[in-house]
Amino acid sequence: MSDHHKETFITKYIFSTDHKMIAKQFLITGMIMALIGMLMSAIFRVQLANPGEASVLYNLLPGSWLSADGALNPDKYLALVTMHGTILVFWVLTAGLSGTFANFLIPLQIGARDMASGFMNMLSYWFFFIATVILMSSIYVEGGPASSGWTIYPPLSALPEAIPGSGAGMTLWLLSITLFVVGSLLGGLNYIVTILNLRTKGMSMQRMPLTTWALFVTAILGVLSFPVLLSCGLLLLFDRSFGTSFYLSDIIINGEAMHFAGGSPILFQHLFWFLGHPEVYIILLPALGIVSEVIAVNSRKPIFGYKAMVGAILLIAFLSFIVWGHHMFMTGMNPFLGSVFTFTTLLIAIPSAVKVFNWLATLWRGNIRFTPAMLFAIGTVSAFITGGLTGLILGDSALDINVHDTYFVVGHFHIVMGLSAIYGMYAGVYHWFPKMYGKMMNKTLGYVHFWTTFICAYGVFFPMHFLGLAGLPRRYYTNSSFPMFDGLSDINEIITFFALAGAVVQAIFIFNFVYSIFKGTKASKNPWKANTLEWTTPVERIHGNWPGELPTVHRWAYDYSKPGAEEDYVPQTVPLKEGEEDH
Amino acid sequence: MAIQIINNAKKQLLWIGMGSIVMFFGGLTSAYIVRKPEGNWLEFALPDSFMISSAIIFISSVILFFVKPTLKKNKSIYPLLLGVLLLGLLFFFSQFKGWQQLITQGVYLTGEGSNPSGSFLYVLTLAHLVHMLGGIIALVFITVKSKSNFYTIDNCLAIELTSFYWHFLALLWIFLFCLLKYF
Repeated sequence: MSDHHKETFITKYIFSTDHKMIAKQFLITGMIMALIGMLMSAIFRVQLANPGEASVLYNLLPGSWLSADGALNPDKYLALVTMHGTILVFWVLTAGLSGTFANFLIPLQIGARDMASGFMNMLSYWFFFIATVILMSSIYVEGGPASSGWTIYPPLSALPEAIPGSGAGMTLWLLSITLFVVGSLLGGLNYIVTILNLRTKGMSMQRMPLTTWALFVTAILGVLSFPVLLSCGLLLLFDRSFGTSFYLSDIIINGEAMHFAGGSPILFQHLFWFLGHPEVYIILLPALGIVSEVIAVNSRKPIFGYKAMVGAILLIAFLSFIVWGHHMFMTGMNPFLGSVFTFTTLLIAIPSAVKVFNWLATLWRGNIRFTPAMLFAIGTVSAFITGGLTGLILGDSALDINVHDTYFVVGHFHIVMGLSAIYGMYAGVYHWFPKMYGKMMNKTLGYVHFWTTFICAYGVFFPMHFLGLAGLPRRYYTNSSFPMFDGLSDINEIITFFALAGAVVQAIFIFNFVYSIFKGTKASKNPWKANTLEWTTPVERIHGNWPGELPTVHRWAYDYSKPGAEEDYVPQTVPLKEGEEDH
Repeated sequence: MAIQIINNAKKQLLWIGMGSIVMFFGGLTSAYIVRKPEGNWLEFALPDSFMISSAIIFISSVILFFVKPTLKKNKSIYPLLLGVLLLGLLFFFSQFKGWQQLITQGVYLTGEGSNPSGSFLYVLTLAHLVHMLGGIIALVFITVKSKSNFYTIDNCLAIELTSFYWHFLALLWIFLFCLLKYF
């Protein structure tokens, strides 16, 4: 690993086994997919604001997706919604976020030269890449891509003849997600084993930065929950391709009774959501870990309640496995079972509140530096609270049934999971950019990016709660056939305005990112004056991370503004003074 | 990296990987358990071949326990590994035989007359067999190497890993068999 053999362009940039390069591959692929997913949402938001009308944005779509008068076809609206969800949930917020930061930070923060298996790590990215190509190619098949929502509920996903997107597009979706899961498992196994075995001298689990803790628990969640999605997909594949009846029963198409007998679509939902809910935390935990680090560094204070933070991460992870039924309150579930899922779901509020309290306590009376990363970190906390509060409503079966499948749900999960995680990702990119590329990102552009994104995001998702309370259903191509919703069309237009504006302002980030790589100010070794090990590596980013010996750790990662210290930070590599106590 | 750390890492990779496989089968078997009491469930006798398969994989797993002690005595482990490999292949044959018996009984994976009870059986046994394939490949690898006495008691990680995995697959099959026969 530390042998600096001569690398070719191919081994350095394409089939690299260096965790830092693989992290960048995940980041860049995730960013491209985020742009595509965002563009898709912009297109279907235009349809919702101006139902059935032509738009210049539709020129980006294949011609067969439009009607003769240039309007978006209803079935392709569903395809766009499905692809948007799939891309954002799996490609951006799972692989883009976890893949990037787990790869980049784990070896650097624990003092390892690389992952336990560089080869497996490389495979993990390439499985992800092939999955990406297959998913995107499904746009161009007859019938278009999968259209039954990112949750691919049967029978739409199980019967190739159900809707246009149920054919080849759905098959490619399943193939793509299978490869995605294989890649995720390879990555997750590697992250866990690396953390357990390759921590440098002195780096006990109790001294590990919270980011690495979060990534560690995320990987455990992944290796335990993704296989269940595979088993769920396997049965679906058999129903689709071989005519079994795991999820299908008594189906009549065009007056003709199909041979399916005895299957249950509810069974699919149980299996799907057994992954689906841990998936929420696979997305969230890395962002929460990043936020803990960024807030402590930029508050110049030790993180408040380190052990409670670790405990909260573990408790959230455990609870995430026993709450899946709250996605299924409307499936005819026994009310007693519903109350059990309500109880377990509301329990998650406890560790979540612990985390929020500890972040606020860390910020309290801190010597706060409002860097762009810090703004996004605080934005994550804000979104986590806002979205978490509506989660209390949706987690309670008695309340949930009133707003089930309405825009209230869309507003909730976009804020608590989407915004929190995206803000966390931005916080991570702004914070670790100097370590990734050896350059600084432009601060002013970062501030403009944060505030415009913040305003637009709330402009999009906050009004959705009111639409939902008014009963507006999600996933509908248009609501113009329902006079009771006529009064809500203005809100839809406002949401679309903010969605388009929010999409446009991301160009500021893209410009800042690309410009800074080439023309940014050169970064110093430790520009944020942070304590964790990654900031002790040279700016040049060598394969093997540290020239010479690996660093030795003597203290935890949060000795900021420690009384008696010469500066307001004490890196983990600084030995304890005589009489000085570890945290 | 010290060799000890690498070996530990590889063992942990396998253990955690087996955890993932447990979750995969946990998903399938819990679907089976939840689905069965809901009715419209064809009852049929499990073919004898699956019982024979259980005996085969049990014996093969027991034989593997003798490999390390044999290695300790500096004796050749080739005959033992070859025996396990042959039993592994016999297990495949026995499973195919079981499927044939199912078809004779009129229990199909799919199509007219099929029922989720039969479909579950085919999918569970097939999924297990796919995982067995990994075990067979590993067995071929170590059996070939053991012919030239490649392994010593201090250098037998591949044997340990293969044995862990094989015992795991044996246990998994016994569990699946009991589930399908007695639940």
